[in-house]
Amino acid sequence: MIARLLEGVPRRGLAMLAALLAFLLVFPAFASGYLVSLGFLILYFAYVGQAWNIMMGFAGQLSLGHSLYVGLGAYAAAALYVHFGLSPWIGLFASIALCALAGAAIGFLAFRFGVAGVYFAILTIAFAEFARIGFDHFAWVRGSSGLFLPVANYAENDLWNLRGSPRMFYYLMLGMAAGAFVLCHALLRSRVGYYWRAIRESPEAAQALGVNLFRYRMIAVVLSAAMTSLAGVVFAFYYNNLFPEQIFHVSRSIELILGPIIGGIGTLVGPLVGALLLTGLAEGLGELLLALGVDVPGVKQVFYGVCLLLVVMFLPDGVWPPLARALGLNRKG
Amino acid sequence: MLEVDGLSKSFRGLHAVQNASFAVPQGGIVGLIGPNGAGKTTCFNAIAGVFAPDAGSIAFAGKPIHGLRPDQVCAAGIGRTFQIVKPFAGLTVLDNIVVGALLRSKDVSAAKNYAAEIMERLGLGAKAELPASSLTLPDRKRLEVARALATRPKLLLLDEAMAGLRPTECDQIVAVFRELNRSEGLTILLIEHVMRAVMALAQKIVVLHHGEVIAQGAPQDVVRDPAVLECYLGEETVV
Amino acid sequence: MPAEIYLNVAASGLLTGLVYGLMALGLSVIFGVVRVVNFAHGEMMTVAMYLTLVLFGALQLDPLVLLVPIAAVLFVFGYLLQRALINPFINRPEHSQFMLLVAVALILVNLQLLVFGPDAKGIRTPYSFDSFQLGPLVVDASKVYAAGAALVVAAALFAFFRYTLIGKAIRACADNYEGARVVGLDVKRLYALTFGLGAACVGAAGAMLMAVIDVTPAIGPAYTLLAFVIVITGGLGSMPGALLGGLLIGVTEALGGVLFTPSAKSMFAFGLLVLVLLFRPQGILGRKTA
Repeated sequence: MIARLLEGVPRRGLAMLAALLAFLLVFPAFASGYLVSLGFLILYFAYVGQAWNIMMGFAGQLSLGHSLYVGLGAYAAAALYVHFGLSPWIGLFASIALCALAGAAIGFLAFRFGVAGVYFAILTIAFAEFARIGFDHFAWVRGSSGLFLPVANYAENDLWNLRGSPRMFYYLMLGMAAGAFVLCHALLRSRVGYYWRAIRESPEAAQALGVNLFRYRMIAVVLSAAMTSLAGVVFAFYYNNLFPEQIFHVSRSIELILGPIIGGIGTLVGPLVGALLLTGLAEGLGELLLALGVDVPGVKQVFYGVCLLLVVMFLPDGVWPPLARALGLNRKG
Repeated sequence: MLEVDGLSKSFRGLHAVQNASFAVPQGGIVGLIGPNGAGKTTCFNAIAGVFAPDAGSIAFAGKPIHGLRPDQVCAAGIGRTFQIVKPFAGLTVLDNIVVGALLRSKDVSAAKNYAAEIMERLGLGAKAELPASSLTLPDRKRLEVARALATRPKLLLLDEAMAGLRPTECDQIVAVFRELNRSEGLTILLIEHVMRAVMALAQKIVVLHHGEVIAQGAPQDVVRDPAVLECYLGEETVV
Repeated sequence: MPAEIYLNVAASGLLTGLVYGLMALGLSVIFGVVRVVNFAHGEMMTVAMYLTLVLFGALQLDPLVLLVPIAAVLFVFGYLLQRALINPFINRPEHSQFMLLVAVALILVNLQLLVFGPDAKGIRTPYSFDSFQLGPLVVDASKVYAAGAALVVAAALFAFFRYTLIGKAIRACADNYEGARVVGLDVKRLYALTFGLGAACVGAAGAMLMAVIDVTPAIGPAYTLLAFVIVITGGLGSMPGALLGGLLIGVTEALGGVLFTPSAKSMFAFGLLVLVLLFRPQGILGRKTA
């Protein structure tokens, strides 16, 4: 099976991936606490960007409301932990189930009723907003006052309850990002992957070849939602507090799609490259400004906006495809 | 194999097809001709499941298929090409055909093998790894046919497959279809304006005009039919 | 609650709805002609609102007077935006266009945050606390003036499209892009003009709204969403539909806020949106595209 996965991947690419993985594994050993947190953030965005990419890059459905799944996943696991002491490893099943259901509902409504393109995007925003306002009034999760997890002792790593140091979370996220990468790679090569790409390129032609559009679009949406929910679980236990206003906000949805768009929609490596560039550069910019004595809110976001603008205008396929060509990796990542 | 009975379809008051009835015998090649706007593609679309007819029935191998979705129609054994070709532009030529092959060969490598066979047969072997977007029109048409063939259809619907091809290219494709029909018994229903191809391939011709069938039968009889000549005045025929 | 309260709330919603309608009209014009989904619509409106704030502070002129220069500024902004950034995108896939405008929105919102900070800012006109009494109805004077101005601007826009040569040219582009080019219309310039007009509507709406509510950078995205809800409900590409949608949303929001809780009022707008998307996606007055 491993051989199947590796078949056709350029040698160079594999070597680079292996090198990257090795680097990421030893990174926390010599990096400062701050850098490890930064690494966590980059891996987080790489993971969640990959999950979003399944819906958009593979199946061609633009979702601008993915924060819905992050939020639902986060709240489900966190609430179960706060109220019943349930470990997130068990709670995550509730998160996945809830998000799969939400994704299925949105997908069903959209696809059965022919809601596509910009209308679909707006529908996704509407649902996220629904959740944002709804959770503000949801007493069981403390509504707008926020849900707080008992803060843990950072010196001890409790993997079962996800209480621990940023380093623990870093490795957790690394595992998830790597897992998502491998999963997407396998998916792309599978029957499902072929059908998704066909649907993305020409739904009519795909149908004429026997592809059930509804079924495969639903698979993409539900899978994407379920994967994103796990990011929510990690988010909840890393930051230890959840506010509907923040976690469901549309700016969060936009934030998590910046990576894959800038990196390259539909490519495997795109989300990772995008996350690296954005978060890395943004932090760098922040540090630079602080060093210059400038501390203004909103600068980072303006930077993101400008990056997005430049990429959309001049590199419509993202940063990765030209980069891959430059690195001599000719097959699409 | 295919029985169309009393097919009618209107679009917002325009009667595209009215009470059309014709049959396509198993293993046969039938040409569907008529002036522009006669309703040929509407017939195709009804058969292929793009929409349900307003009235009438369509039966394939004895089973009714009117009202089925396009993917269900394909699964039942009918493949189709589009008048305006729709390649999966971002995929390679081979991958395009693999999508078709995956219908019957669920395993990806088996599908790839079968797709490669079909690709060779249609003369696209040298272009396997090229993106479909880089193909010339004749090759795109070949790809369109290859894709449909990969679904192992019993009946192939060809919508103006020859349009835009030069006579030599046209003859090449005609030869491929003849071969498929002869060796595998592939039934073919084709819409064509290029009479060269129709006369070379069709064993029976159905003529549509203003949505109605005005003549059907053996090619040599149909092209001499006065009603047909009247609506086709000026059309070149190669007998 | 006595029926009068509902009536008053509904009336108030109706008036604000007219201003919303004008804002949505801008979006409808842009989408109907240029076929661009302007995700930066609400952000453009907050730019207009901040401009009003600044000019009011400097010149002490009534916002309803300021609406003319502000609409002009927004017109230029929209024209340039279309000309420089969006025109090259006409033939690109849909999601590229969205992303372009999402980027513009992101930049605008955060520039506003940088310059003005997150706190709410408002203006006080001489008539801020006045109200009119019409039988059982008591309505804010500022809302009445704003609604009146909105009607005037909307009427002017309708007249422009109906009776002027340029207006007709623009409508021709909307109906048939290729045809318009063949006939010799400079479509790119007309698109830019249209975007400018749409932006001018937004600018006017912003100036009017400033007389009625306070501004923070965060309301930009909220108004973008609202504009979309209105336009989709009323019918994408239908000008009267945008106004009708605005009225509908204005009233639903206001009543929803009173019947349930104020913070939940946008849920009704979204509820309406979902219903429309599912059951009548072309909107109330829209035409079903073939």
